[in-house]
Amino acid sequence: MSAIEPVRPRDPRVPVSPQLAWRVAILGMIAMIFFGVIFFRLWYLQILTGEQYVHQADVNHTRDLPIAAPRGEIFDREGKPIVSSRTTNAVQIIPGLLPPGITEQAVAYQKALYAAENARKAALVRLADYDRSLAGISHLTRAEHAEHRALTAEAAEPKVPVPPIARADHRLRSLFARLGRVIGLRARTIDERVVQGMTATPYAHVTVKTDAGRGALTVLGERAAEYPGVAQEPVSIRAYPFGEMAAQVIGHVDQISEPELKLKAFRGVRAGTVVGQEGLEYYYDAYLRGRPGIQRIEVNAAGEPVATRLAPTLPQAGHSLKVSLDLGLQREAEKAMAQGKAQAQAGAKPANGGAFVAMDPRNGQILAIGSSPGFDPNRFAKPLTPTEYRELVGSGSAAGPLDDKAENGAYPTGSTFKPITAMAALEGGVISPGEGLGSGSCISVSTQQFCNAGHTDYGPVGLVQALKVSSDTYFFEVGERAFTHGTVIQREAEKLGIGRFTGIDLPSEFKGVVPGPSWRREQNKLELQCERRRHVSNCGIVLEPERVWSVGDNMHLAVGQGELLTDPLQMAVAYSTLANAYTHGGVGTVVTPHLGLEIDEGDGSLRQTLSFPSHTVHLDDEDVNLVMEGIHKAASESGGTSADVWTGWNQAQDPVFGKTGTAQHYNQEDQSWYMCYIGDAKRPIVIAVTVEQGGFGAETAAPIARLIASQWYHQPLKFVAGSSKTL
Amino acid sequence: MNPLSPITAPDDRGGQSPPAPWRLPLDPLLALAAAGLGVCSVMTLKSATRNLIPASPDYYVNRQALYLVIGFVLMLIASRLDYSRLRPYTRLIYGALIVSILAVLAVGHAARGSTRAISFPLFSFQASEVGKDLLILALAAFVVDRSRQLSQRDTTIRVVIGALIPAMLVIVQPDLGSGMVYMVIAYMLLFIAGTAWKQLAAIAALVLVAAAFVLVAAPAVGVHVLKPYQTERLTAFLHPSSNPSKVGYQQLESKIAIGAGQKTGRSGAPQTSLHFVPEDQTDFVFAAVGEKYGFVGAGLVLLLFGLLISRTLRILVMAKDLFGSLIAAGIAGMLMFQVFVNVGMTIGIMPITGVTLPLMSYGGSSVITTMLAVGLLQSIYVQARASAALKGRVLRD
Repeated sequence: MSAIEPVRPRDPRVPVSPQLAWRVAILGMIAMIFFGVIFFRLWYLQILTGEQYVHQADVNHTRDLPIAAPRGEIFDREGKPIVSSRTTNAVQIIPGLLPPGITEQAVAYQKALYAAENARKAALVRLADYDRSLAGISHLTRAEHAEHRALTAEAAEPKVPVPPIARADHRLRSLFARLGRVIGLRARTIDERVVQGMTATPYAHVTVKTDAGRGALTVLGERAAEYPGVAQEPVSIRAYPFGEMAAQVIGHVDQISEPELKLKAFRGVRAGTVVGQEGLEYYYDAYLRGRPGIQRIEVNAAGEPVATRLAPTLPQAGHSLKVSLDLGLQREAEKAMAQGKAQAQAGAKPANGGAFVAMDPRNGQILAIGSSPGFDPNRFAKPLTPTEYRELVGSGSAAGPLDDKAENGAYPTGSTFKPITAMAALEGGVISPGEGLGSGSCISVSTQQFCNAGHTDYGPVGLVQALKVSSDTYFFEVGERAFTHGTVIQREAEKLGIGRFTGIDLPSEFKGVVPGPSWRREQNKLELQCERRRHVSNCGIVLEPERVWSVGDNMHLAVGQGELLTDPLQMAVAYSTLANAYTHGGVGTVVTPHLGLEIDEGDGSLRQTLSFPSHTVHLDDEDVNLVMEGIHKAASESGGTSADVWTGWNQAQDPVFGKTGTAQHYNQEDQSWYMCYIGDAKRPIVIAVTVEQGGFGAETAAPIARLIASQWYHQPLKFVAGSSKTL
Repeated sequence: MNPLSPITAPDDRGGQSPPAPWRLPLDPLLALAAAGLGVCSVMTLKSATRNLIPASPDYYVNRQALYLVIGFVLMLIASRLDYSRLRPYTRLIYGALIVSILAVLAVGHAARGSTRAISFPLFSFQASEVGKDLLILALAAFVVDRSRQLSQRDTTIRVVIGALIPAMLVIVQPDLGSGMVYMVIAYMLLFIAGTAWKQLAAIAALVLVAAAFVLVAAPAVGVHVLKPYQTERLTAFLHPSSNPSKVGYQQLESKIAIGAGQKTGRSGAPQTSLHFVPEDQTDFVFAAVGEKYGFVGAGLVLLLFGLLISRTLRILVMAKDLFGSLIAAGIAGMLMFQVFVNVGMTIGIMPITGVTLPLMSYGGSSVITTMLAVGLLQSIYVQARASAALKGRVLRD
């Protein structure tokens, strides 16, 4: 590479020494190699793997904060709102705009939390070690008990107090104090919420008060400059305008919990989202919750938010749900339940709980459903104290008001089961309808006595009469005979809808139990397994695990007692099946009871009609007619168990097919039951009512059912207590 | 010394040859490369520094632009001077180098744990940067003085020691990067001057042994020649993701920034403008270029550096005397080392050494040092042309 070029050959030039040329060439080559390497490296980083770095950079500098979506509303069958979302303003703190003292406080708090968590983990390990050292010792000394208690206390979830505001930080103190006066909170409370909020969700605004009231919001709005870092954000909160009405069925909402996040039903839901927790709110959550929007904020390397122009993804409001409930009927039914309970309590009965279901037997649409006592779902808008929570959930075996007894109760049904037994006996050829059975006030099987209530003697009666007067001896005898035919009653009950999931659109349905020989064997096996595993004399599943299904068991089942466990909803399904078979020449539709009718768009237009497939069972037309005749006479003819409850009722237009029931419980007042089907041509209805410790069916449950029916058919509302003292 | 000596192309052939065509009185490509890099620097810093000082987002850009203008003017002035007149002042230049570095050590202000500059009211003077130019001049003059004893080992040793003294002084500051640049300059001068391969190889071997001793052997027995962070930085690039939160962090974030630039850059350049890449205005400015302007922008900057270096090598060859060649050699070594080490560090193939990217990195001392070096190259170019014209030769650019 000669750099100097002669233009005149006669003028010899000084040539560049070959050594210099060679060394410069080496230098040039080194430079080329380095440039080559750099170019290829850049090519690799930017062109070949650039995508991956773009993603990493995004993760680096952006944080996504959710914007809550307004939750869909719930309407009754006529479109009247039952649950709505109310928009109100939340007072929020923007930590980044507060004096820096707050950050120091948050850091100190987080350090304390971290230290406490570490101490707790260490204590857990020590506790486990100690437990291991005590394993095998049956009786602990007092010292060992104390040591164990101390370790358990140490290993408990620590309470870390928020450190106080630095004394020198007058600006922060004064800001919180002034804000506190406006929104009615102590300055310290605001400070604690802000610090805890900053710890839970960094970068997000911290809500210190929801629904602060118009006045406070006006003050904060007009004098925003005096409250730096304080903002108002419209938030949507759930409102239950009817309070306790159908509370267990409607459910409530709350922020999604840690375990719920892992559930399939909540796939894709982010932490902090408000989701349905029970009832319809839970079951239809995927429709109701909508899709939250995203506010993407930009942060710098120190994690501080920077001014940003990123447009938010707007939230998508949830769809609304139309349910089959009839608001007027629901409210009257709850009033009737309250009235019935009050009446029973006046008669010195505890009447401490009850449930009802009113359903259209043709399609399973639930018109009213309720469980007493109730609770106000609005209480869940604010955090509950542990005591309040226990009171709602109940403790041990005693269920609290949160429990929906209508579809989650577990009861014997008393005589309301008799039509099912009757159907079974007729279909199974156990009896012929005209045959007179059950004479005398008691019947004896081996050493056991089975008697009528009040030891009444109805004489030998046929099936229709037995249902009308609710003769126990008749059905005991049917149960005794059915025992020799195998499991006719059990199979019929399950065929009609008892002891299996009804498929209602609620999350916590009880399956129920129709006891029989195989069920007994299964229980005995479980009991014995449990006893072997836990080395105890009895696990409490079955008291005598050697006993097999006996004729006495079958006789108790025949009158809806013994180990039968079901709930008003299943009974309503069974009666609907009978009613459908009665009106359709023996073809009984077993409906799927349901509340949901349709999912609507936010503007009210239909999005999706919900369907709940039913199936049919075939019954003998004549048999059904006989059973229905029996329970119609029971509710209409003089001498019928609930005839006096229906006095003045237009039986010609709206014939009542009703059966009282009185379920006996050990050491408790009787449970009052009433089941009825009203065969109106246009608006038939099946009503199931039960009142725990409410006395005889005719005196408490039946009058409630009449009140519900009166509302449904626009009749005068009158509480007519029956006098029948039958079981 | 009267450095101003107007340059004319004397025509001693009195009309025998046609008049030489008019030419720019400097190397246009070299000037273009320097100016182009200056423009790139300003464009990059505009976004990279907008969040550094919230109250004045243009603080860094305005100052860098000012430094670049001053530097460019200084380059134009230097191009009008005859560099060869500086040759007799070897000792004076070397003395100035040592004194300025010592002065910084004595009265300089500390920035981020190191004392590298003396603060004046309007600017701070970073002696180790300007020292690069001074060292080039002093060593080049020294080598020319001993050009007849080049084969002697003595000459080589004295050159190495001449660079080692200021290098040690700046490493103490601590400014490891500049110290390494000094050593590279000395090596490059010896290489171009024609020192025997054997001696060059011996120096290279010595450097390797010293590096191994400083980085591996000495820490193993508890003697820390370098500060621990320096050792860590020098070795971290070998395993960048082993400790991403500390030393590897900077390089990892730098790679993310450059990678995210993809083909044509990323609007807003969040990685660098939000400081995920620390020092993105100085040592890691190339990450900012890569993120903001992508492969196209980074490639353009590299092309400009390629032009700058190729012109330097070209001027090295066309210089009228050995002094000019050696100055150009020193500058070539300085530029190549800084560009390759700095860019290599931002893309994760070189250790983090605190070497600035010439003309691109923010900083008055660095910009002016490089612009003065370009001025010297211009002077060599101009003198070479004048001398060639005098001898009736035409120099091919």
